Amino acid sequence: MGADPRIMGVPGRRAYINAHLIDAGTDLDGHGGILIDDGRIIGVGNQVTAANAGSQATIVDCTGATLMPGLIDMRVFTGEPGNEHRETLATASHAAAAGGVTTMIVMPNTDPVIDDAAIVDFILRRARDTAVVRVAPMAAITKGLKGQLITEFGLLQEAGAVAVTDGNHAVADAGIMSRALAYAHDFGMLVVQHVEEPTLATGVMNASEVSTRLGLPGIPAASEVIMLERDLRLVELTGARYHAAQISCRESLDVIRRAKDTGLPVSCGVSINHLVLNDNDIGAYRTFFKLSPPLRSEEDRRALVEGVGDSSIDVIVSSHDPQNPDTKRLPFSEAEFGAIGVETMFSAALRLHHSGDVPLPRLIEAMSAAPARILGLETGRLQPGAPADLAIADPSLNWKVEAENLKSASKNSPFEHTVLEGRVVETIVAGRQVYSYDRRRAAAKRTA
Amino acid sequence: MTGRGTAILKGQHLLGIEGLSSDEINDLLDLADSYVELSRQIEKKQATLRGRTQINLFFEASTRTQSSFELAGKRLGADVMNMAVRTSAVSKGETVLDTAITLNAMHPDLLIVRHHASGAVELLAQKVGCAVVNAGDGQHEHPTQALLDALTIRRRKGRLDGLIVAICGDILHSRVARSNIQLLNKMGARVRLIAPSTLLPFAVDRLDCEVYRDMREGLKGADIVMMLRLQLERMNGAFVPSVREYYRFFGLDQEKLDRAKPDALVMHPGPMNRGVEIDSAVADGVQSVIREQVEMGVAVRMAVLDALARNLPGGGNA
Repeated sequence: MGADPRIMGVPGRRAYINAHLIDAGTDLDGHGGILIDDGRIIGVGNQVTAANAGSQATIVDCTGATLMPGLIDMRVFTGEPGNEHRETLATASHAAAAGGVTTMIVMPNTDPVIDDAAIVDFILRRARDTAVVRVAPMAAITKGLKGQLITEFGLLQEAGAVAVTDGNHAVADAGIMSRALAYAHDFGMLVVQHVEEPTLATGVMNASEVSTRLGLPGIPAASEVIMLERDLRLVELTGARYHAAQISCRESLDVIRRAKDTGLPVSCGVSINHLVLNDNDIGAYRTFFKLSPPLRSEEDRRALVEGVGDSSIDVIVSSHDPQNPDTKRLPFSEAEFGAIGVETMFSAALRLHHSGDVPLPRLIEAMSAAPARILGLETGRLQPGAPADLAIADPSLNWKVEAENLKSASKNSPFEHTVLEGRVVETIVAGRQVYSYDRRRAAAKRTA
Repeated sequence: MTGRGTAILKGQHLLGIEGLSSDEINDLLDLADSYVELSRQIEKKQATLRGRTQINLFFEASTRTQSSFELAGKRLGADVMNMAVRTSAVSKGETVLDTAITLNAMHPDLLIVRHHASGAVELLAQKVGCAVVNAGDGQHEHPTQALLDALTIRRRKGRLDGLIVAICGDILHSRVARSNIQLLNKMGARVRLIAPSTLLPFAVDRLDCEVYRDMREGLKGADIVMMLRLQLERMNGAFVPSVREYYRFFGLDQEKLDRAKPDALVMHPGPMNRGVEIDSAVADGVQSVIREQVEMGVAVRMAVLDALARNLPGGGNA
């Protein structure tokens, strides 16, 4: 597989010691260290100490910190190519690094669309030259995301596409989807769907008491469930590997659980927003909370959290979608969907750890080992031989999300002005430090 | 009775019925009563708003609401300017916020805004220093319509409390319905909604109303029958199959009206589609107060403008 984008490892040996290591992918949850050399992990666990790291090793004392695999965000929209004023691969990668994300899976919803091997190549080259984290694209299922003609899955895969998806468009035509799944199966290509029946999803927020009160057209949960159930029938027919990019409601969770019980090759994701926010957060028409799929009820949110806890939902994504004031500071029904989130994903997810709803190892797994397994990446694990992609976090460090401090070129964060508990303080990609949180500067800013 | 110059509204703007207390509503209606009297005199003009600038900013075409606000402002002595901004959801053109910032630089005191998108008036209100009146935003609220309906009912029936009010027709797309449901519930009336399921919003049963899909059932014993306009683009298969089917089951004719109380009042926010949601004979009949609603509209808007101006700097209560 042309999976992992190649990043040159940094020569030299470093030992991160006295850390709390967490990696559910390798059953790791305890005191220890990580030894890296030439951009790869060569030692993991209790035996990694200052004494036996070797005389030439640089020692980094991580006392009090949590050391985990660098996170993999399976759903990141950028504006490159085509809308660089919203976000470039470079700006998104700095946001990712600040959030502990060492691999961004970027969506094909660009201009031009990533539906051709040459554009996959362009993305990989631009990423190599400008981004500080790994970048791997998903290519389009259909040419131009139009939902009509399937793309060259084989050539796209050879060029380095890790999956196919129409991003935030659903492949609505059942005939096309059936063919795409059958063809993808031949190449072992993962098909990722935005599960939403477009003819039912004509509204702008969850169909609920809130939408009725606000006078906004609603998107019923049925629009998601219908598409999911239809696709699973097609998966049954074709045997293709299928991933629902994001589910948003309790009923979808039931459908996924049934499909997994019958042994279908399916997985699904949920955005961090849907795990910590609900449709009441829209309040008085706050467009930063206008998302696709829409934020649902508190009952749905609780069900999704439970689904992450029991692994019915495999992965957590940021669904990072940069939008500018010109697309967001509009009346709610006219504003674009989407919120940025790659930088705040881990901190927001920690809410579920602090509340006791989901254990921290499971949360980390949903953002590292799980997406690595689904996409066939060699990153996302703390084990000897794996690339030295690491994130070091302080789970109890309070910080306030302020637009001017966010690295993303767009500032449409639903967590603006929110104090989050815990954050990534250092990020390492292939042995290279790509982010370090400046506590003193942050403290000075707070008191200023 | 509220004396001249005392505060009536707590807020700077009137963006919706939501957020108003029953006391505020009662005080506004009392003040409006006095303006009904003033408007019936030969000398209809007062100097309450002298020196104030009122801009009617309409992003969506309107004849009666705009002229009603214009007349209200002029009777109170304000300088009134009408601005029609041609825009639609399709061709956006200048944004709401750009317009707000531009207008704010002209130092208006009162800004009357209608927009086709729910929440757009509130968005605009965040960016201006003057008082903003929502003259209808999308499918969200139309507070002055609900107030003028309440005034009409109160003057005829002497109260709102305990009355059975049936709101019939396109509830789904109606800001008038949303504002009326809130106001009537706050004032102790019992609200019934009558519509086919395709014209009812999601979770309508949680709105503190009784819901009927059968108009004859829903009208039984009603004190007030409030009809809503069904827009042309929603007929012919989109939401209801045809005009003739809609009229047959949900059009108000004398036969259906006879299910309501004998002294029930018939209301309509206008403009009416005669022969679609209402029969001409009923619209012009003895039970109809539709023309009276128009008169009350001016009085209620005078009261709203007066009340908001009192909260402005230099208005006596700021």
